[in-house]
Amino acid sequence: MKFLVLISNVPDTTTKIRFVDDNKAFDTTGVQWIINPWDELALTRAVELKEAGGIESITVANVGENITESTLRKALAVGADDAVRIDAKPKDAFYVATQLAQIAKDYDVIMAGNEASDYNGSAVGGMLAEILGFNSVAAVSGMDIVDGKLSLTREIDGGQQKIEVDTPVVTIVQKGIAIDPRIPAMRGIMMARKKPLTVIPPVEAVEKTEYVGFELPPPKAACKLVEEDNVKELLRLLQEEAKVL
Amino acid sequence: MNFEFTEEQLMIRQAAKDYAERELLQDVLERDAKAEFPAKHIKNLAELGFMGMMVDPKYDGSGMDTVSYVLAMEELSKIDAATSVIISVNNSLVCYGLCKYGTEEQKEKYLKPLARGEHIGAFLLSEPEAGSDAMHQHTHAKDKGDYYLLNGTKNWITSGNSASTYIVMAQTYPEKGYRGINALIVDRNSPGITIGPHEDKMGMRSSDTHSVMFTDVKVPKENRIGEDGFGYKFAMKALEAGRIGIASQAMGIAAGALERATAYAKERKAFGTEIANHQAIAFKLADMAVKVENARNLCLKAAWLKDNGKPFSMASAMAKLYAADIAMEVTTEAVQIHGGYGYVKEYHVERLFREAKLTQIYEGTSEVQKIVVSRSLLRE
Amino acid sequence: MSILVYTENWDGKFKKLSFELVSYAKSLADKLNLPVTALSIGHVTDDELKQLGNYGAAKILNVADNRFDSLDNKALAEAVAHAAKTEDSQIIILSHNNVGKAVAPRITVKLNGGLVSGVIAIPENFDPFIVKKKVFTQKAFAHVQIDADIKVLTLAQNSFELIETENKAVIEAYDPQVADDVFSTTVKETNKVTGKVLLTDAEIVISGGRGMKGPENWGGLEELADLLGAGLACSRPVSDEGWRSHSEHVGQTGKIIAPNLYVAFGISGAIQHLGGVSSSKVIVAVNKDPEAPIFEAADYGIVGDAFKVIPQMIEEVKKMKS
Repeated sequence: MKFLVLISNVPDTTTKIRFVDDNKAFDTTGVQWIINPWDELALTRAVELKEAGGIESITVANVGENITESTLRKALAVGADDAVRIDAKPKDAFYVATQLAQIAKDYDVIMAGNEASDYNGSAVGGMLAEILGFNSVAAVSGMDIVDGKLSLTREIDGGQQKIEVDTPVVTIVQKGIAIDPRIPAMRGIMMARKKPLTVIPPVEAVEKTEYVGFELPPPKAACKLVEEDNVKELLRLLQEEAKVL
Repeated sequence: MNFEFTEEQLMIRQAAKDYAERELLQDVLERDAKAEFPAKHIKNLAELGFMGMMVDPKYDGSGMDTVSYVLAMEELSKIDAATSVIISVNNSLVCYGLCKYGTEEQKEKYLKPLARGEHIGAFLLSEPEAGSDAMHQHTHAKDKGDYYLLNGTKNWITSGNSASTYIVMAQTYPEKGYRGINALIVDRNSPGITIGPHEDKMGMRSSDTHSVMFTDVKVPKENRIGEDGFGYKFAMKALEAGRIGIASQAMGIAAGALERATAYAKERKAFGTEIANHQAIAFKLADMAVKVENARNLCLKAAWLKDNGKPFSMASAMAKLYAADIAMEVTTEAVQIHGGYGYVKEYHVERLFREAKLTQIYEGTSEVQKIVVSRSLLRE
Repeated sequence: MSILVYTENWDGKFKKLSFELVSYAKSLADKLNLPVTALSIGHVTDDELKQLGNYGAAKILNVADNRFDSLDNKALAEAVAHAAKTEDSQIIILSHNNVGKAVAPRITVKLNGGLVSGVIAIPENFDPFIVKKKVFTQKAFAHVQIDADIKVLTLAQNSFELIETENKAVIEAYDPQVADDVFSTTVKETNKVTGKVLLTDAEIVISGGRGMKGPENWGGLEELADLLGAGLACSRPVSDEGWRSHSEHVGQTGKIIAPNLYVAFGISGAIQHLGGVSSSKVIVAVNKDPEAPIFEAADYGIVGDAFKVIPQMIEEVKKMKS
């Protein structure tokens, strides 16, 4: 099976969130970019499956400008075989999915992270599946290849299911798909530049949504402290003041 | 002049940092308390390629440059200097020595498993009666034709028990003084080797330090490194490179202490505000930051000189001297900034303080480094 | 023309979030002078379906078809899109839960619409259509404009209140005309975790961190959760150590929850943990370290020993209940 893992380039989780241009854009000054954590887990699982001999190859793909190439090379260092960058700003989910559709049709299994840690869209995977006419399975917390078939664990409210689905398919994966993101071995890091990273131009596509403004949450009121031996008072506050009990 | 790191160097640093934070940090306090060898971590780090970082891939190493090594050592040492010293000795003393001076056969047989981390290497120079004064070796290796007969005791040996491959410096021709010393590759399982008990150390307790006694140990002639009588020069050359590892370790310990002290100062309140807002503390942190930055630059410069085939003995001595001394200063201040919390195990800085002290002593004391630097300086 | 709401059911029953969706849709619909149509797929009794009318659904399309039990994404998307076409819906609303997130993007592409997921309020503007959502994993808000005729929204849980209205709902059987060969997901095995309150549904969540010192100390938390009908959660180190199941882990890489009340015992409040619970209406922290970052995020707190507070809390809650 040929795997395609979609990679989003996102700001590292400790980045201080700031907006510029009259609060219309995210301030990228000094931002460290990383692989979206869910995509990293997806890639880790794909690498594990490849090491176990279950899959033929792993391609990683990203829609982004030049700056995303080092993130793609990190993915190559971790164990992907080749990378594709579609040279365009990732304007919105539909735009991104349309771009990815150019190359995605050649794959058996496409893995998309549940959401990207920046805009939390949860959309690209599903949109890509629909554009390609592939089926999709979401909330995937486990993936195995058994007798050449894809066996998935899917989270449902209150439990889990074991699912079988035909390929080609888009799997939208979440926590559990891999325990920890794979740390690239030194050899992998040194070989990353030798693996193919192809840049292709975007196709004509539209965005359906745009960000017209951002705001930071209002400053929080200070925490109301209660004495250790006065739990009664805490519960009273929760019941009468906060009205949550 | 380019002060930026390459993408590979940044990825290497990040990989070391990720492993240290995710894995080493989980049990570092426990291992320090119990003086427990980090077997699982050495295995994992070996799989990631950290045991033979600068060894050529044709000998199963990772083929990295020394700058990357410095970055990796820094990140590992911020969290676990006991594990990083095991790695440093393996990489920049043992592997380096074999890479530079070993024969093809020696590399095939010994370097490859060391680079893969399947074997751990140890460097046996110090003796009960000879530490800094390494020219006067009491351990002797009598030339018996097709083998050497090794007798003597080495002490303070890092990985003394866990190592599979020793490089032992021993006197073959006493009349020739230091020019009669040979460096021999010795299999730890050779008959006649007795390992002393695990030293109960102040710090870096997770790394196993032992004395090693040789009683009529036979070492095949082909295990000698370099020409007859090359042993002392070999040891000095190996230490030149080994110093970069230890300097990076010391710098990493200091950097870790600085990070913890800074974080603490931003949260701890006293006299109505976070202590970071009091100039006394802020100025301490500034001084610490300058020292760490200087130490890092010295390490990187020494690494760069080595990578570019230039003489680096004085540079690595300066780096080791300075980094070890500031590691003591920075960790002392880090404990101070933490106040009472700095005195308890849970906050790590007391451990960093204990670890820093050793960096002023081993792989050439600070005093020996001053000899190296002053001699280089005065020679010109 | 109507606003279409996809109201998921669980074994034939709706949950609070289903009614939240209808209330949201009704508030929106009132502003646009449109009716609300709810779409239900599965085996739901008329009595249960009628409840949707209590929150403003005027018409309820009932797809009593068990082929959809496998939650096949392609088939669900076809069904909802079909209903949207039948109803000529310009706005389609789903929950920002597992199924909603899976199906909404597919529907959006099918209908050539625009999607905003995880919205937290009624659109502030209709022309242009602008709606608010959280971004940067709960750290900021964004105003997103949809530049397409058809708008698909997924509503974040517990972000909109229930508003009851006069029930005028009419139930209609509906066939979304999804062919058999569209379904290609086979469920081999289902493992339900029964008896415990689902974290994502719970209005109150009791959570424990490393400060609880060990799995043997969870008895008090379990009792407290039982008394309050609360869900049980934990921080990542706790599930990593194996003290509690991974299903209880809340945080950036675990579950993201938004209960009315989140009570954290012995949790320091690392950014990654807070990212999973910051949408809670009220956060209470109990920690013996006054410097713990969780106090920055909490509304109420006790700087003290969790092991002293928990038994007291259990006593006080028992008193409150009697």
